[in-house]
Order: sequence, then structure tokens, then C-alpha cells
Amino acid sequence: MGEAMMSTQSSQSAVHSARRAGEVRSRERAYRAAAAVVDPEIPAVTIADLGILRGVEMEGDVAVACVTPTYTGCPAVLAIELAVEAALRKAGFEPRVERVISPAWTTDWITEEGREKLRAYGIAPPANASNSIRALFGETEVACPRCGSLETARVSEFGSTACKALYRCERCHEPFDYFKCI
Amino acid sequence: MAGTAAVSREALTAFLLRLADDHLILGHRLSEWCGHAPMLEEDLAMPNMALDLIGQARSLYQYAAEVEGRGRDEDQLAYVRRERDYVNCLMAERQNGDFAHTMLRQFYFAAFMQPLWQAVTSSTDEHLAGIAAKAEKEVAYHIRHAGEWVVRLGDGTEESSRRMKAAVEALAPYVDELFESDGVSRAIAEAGIAPDPSTLRPAFDAIVGPVFAEAGLDWVETPYGQTGGRQGRHGEALGFLLAELQYMQRTYPGMRW
Repeated sequence: MGEAMMSTQSSQSAVHSARRAGEVRSRERAYRAAAAVVDPEIPAVTIADLGILRGVEMEGDVAVACVTPTYTGCPAVLAIELAVEAALRKAGFEPRVERVISPAWTTDWITEEGREKLRAYGIAPPANASNSIRALFGETEVACPRCGSLETARVSEFGSTACKALYRCERCHEPFDYFKCI
Repeated sequence: MAGTAAVSREALTAFLLRLADDHLILGHRLSEWCGHAPMLEEDLAMPNMALDLIGQARSLYQYAAEVEGRGRDEDQLAYVRRERDYVNCLMAERQNGDFAHTMLRQFYFAAFMQPLWQAVTSSTDEHLAGIAAKAEKEVAYHIRHAGEWVVRLGDGTEESSRRMKAAVEALAPYVDELFESDGVSRAIAEAGIAPDPSTLRPAFDAIVGPVFAEAGLDWVETPYGQTGGRQGRHGEALGFLLAELQYMQRTYPGMRW
């Protein structure tokens, strides 16, 4: 009797840990699928690079992805949410996307890899330390993403999308986008 | 912003709608410049700022709809209320006038909102604090952008200076309303959700003062301040604006993109 119980318990626990392992694998697979979604405005970077994807959790068979808007009025937010849903569905999951507002996204959440990808794509990555309003406007040192020169001038505070300002390099004379610090 | 008194659902909804209406109406006004700005950079800048404002309005309407709990959604709040139900400040609905007028209006509103959002980042209401954390930074860009234009035009040519001074005259009657206090705003302040607008005047003056000094502009005192927006009493400008803003939802009720 005792032995039988022991063996039932251990087989239950084996089933349990197998299920756990399965859940972890599912979650990782779902995360990879969601993380590969690229930004519709800047296809050089993924939403994981930008720090927009907060995480993916499994609720039974439903993969719940949490995303956070960059700029409040960014029209790409909806496009990104739809793309995440599509990516999760394609990977075989029932998707749900949740929008998380707090804590607010800042440009500090862009990964090092993301910043490098932005630069390679021709967009100067944002200055760090967005948590200080003062730092937001200490943008005197924006390096040209093409030649690296710091002799750059702001052409317009607002650019082609909500997240970018327009700059010009005074050395190589190329205009370029600057990902605004926020 | 001390205090954690409980706040009624009605008061919180009313407060959120005031903020949301300010942002939607001013955002719509700014968007009217799209394709008409004096230069390409401004044709990008004004819709960009409009986008920020409408995005902030959207977050606020969504939250207001949730707090109100009467089954209305953000679209119904934004698009199918009647004119008298809108509780935006009168400044937000003023016609664009010329570029100087638009930039000064933007500067005033941003100088009012920046200290407000800053205080709300430490609100007892966590959801609102999350909205504020983003909006505070966005509005800082608006202050800088509009403020630079106030200086450039005020201290520019004879004509630009004349136009900026005319804008200061024209908008003077709409400034005091921003700082009005009433039962709703006091209940919100007592609950630690947002500061009472009447406490924000020194912060506003601290932003506007140096810019006016640099622009060579004098503050204009007005004996007859306009008021009534928070009670739904508007100027005729709002009706025309709503006719355009609401057209699609009125013509095709419930339509979606």
C-alpha cells in the first residue's frame, strides 16, 4: 500500500514536471515567435531589440504577449499588436496581446544590439538616461550614423515618425534620422 | 500632492474627460495644419504634436470609459457626445489663426500640462501615473518646439513680432480658465490623483516668463477672462470643429477602420 502510494506520487510528480517542462518549452517557443516581429516603421529592428515586448506567458493553451507603446500616439502600436498575434498564431498558439502602460517604456530599454542595428540602418540611436528631463534635451552630441562625426545639426525636432527627429551631418552632409530620447 | 481621500467614480470620470477633451480638441486643431504649414519641417512637426495629443486623449478616454463603467467606449466618448457634453478648456478650441497664434496657444497649453503631468507621475492612481510618465516627456518637446517659435517670431522681423504680439492679446482672455478650481478638481487633489490647477500657476509662469523675456513680449493682463468650458459652455468655434471631427461616426454610426 505504502509502496503503491509512493509510486503513484512519483509518477504524478513525473507527469507534473514533464508538463512543467512542456510549458516552459511552449513559452520559450512563443517568446521566440513574438520576439522576431519587426517594427513596421523600422524593419531593421525587432520588437525585442526595441524593448517593446515585455514578455510572453502561457495561460493554458493561450500565449499572452505583453507589449508596451513607445510614443503614446504611435500608430505602429496597433500594427505591432496585430503582427504579434499573427506570429503567435503561425507558431501554433492561440494568441492574446495585452498592452502594458505602466511602467512607461523609455528609450533606455532599447538593447545594445538594437542600438547597433539602428546605427547600421542609418538612424542615430537615442542618448541614454532618458529618466532625466534635462538629459532629454542634452542632445548636443548626436553622432552621424554614417561617418561618426559629432558635427551634426538638428534640422527639425519632429521627423517622419513620432519617435524621430531630423538631423544633418556637417561633415559628410548626409541628412539622417535621430531616434529621440524619451 | 498629499492626501489619499477616496474619490467618487463620477469625480474621477469628470476629471479624466476634461483632460481627454483638452487633448482631443487641441490635437484636432493642430491636425488642421497638415498640408498648410509655412514650411516642410512644420508640416511634420504640427501633425507630430497632434499625434501625441490624440494619443494621450485616447489613453485618457479608454481609462475614463473604464472608470465610468456605463458601457461607453473611447470612440463613443470622443465622437458621439453633444457639444455641451465636452468639457475642454476654451483655449483648446480657439481657431488656429496664423502660425504665431497656433504656436503661442501650443506653448501655453504645454506650459500648463508639463507641471501637471510631472506631478501626476507620482499620482496615487497608478494607471494615470503610467500615462503621465510618457506624456510628461512628450510635452517637454512641445514646450521646447513652440517656445523656440515664440522667441523667433516675437524677436524676429517687424511683421513676425506684430503677429506674435497680436496672438498674446488674442489668447490672454483664455489663460486664467486653465487654472480654475472647482469641486471636481479639489476632490481629485484631495485624493492625491492630480494637483489642483490653481496650484500650477507659478510653474506655468516660470516656463512662460523667461521665454517672453527672450522674445521681447510683455504679458497682457485681461480684465475679462473667458470661462465656461469645464461646464460645457463653449464658443461657436467648437461646433464647427465637432461637425468635422464627428462626421464619420454621425454618418456611419459605429463604423470601424
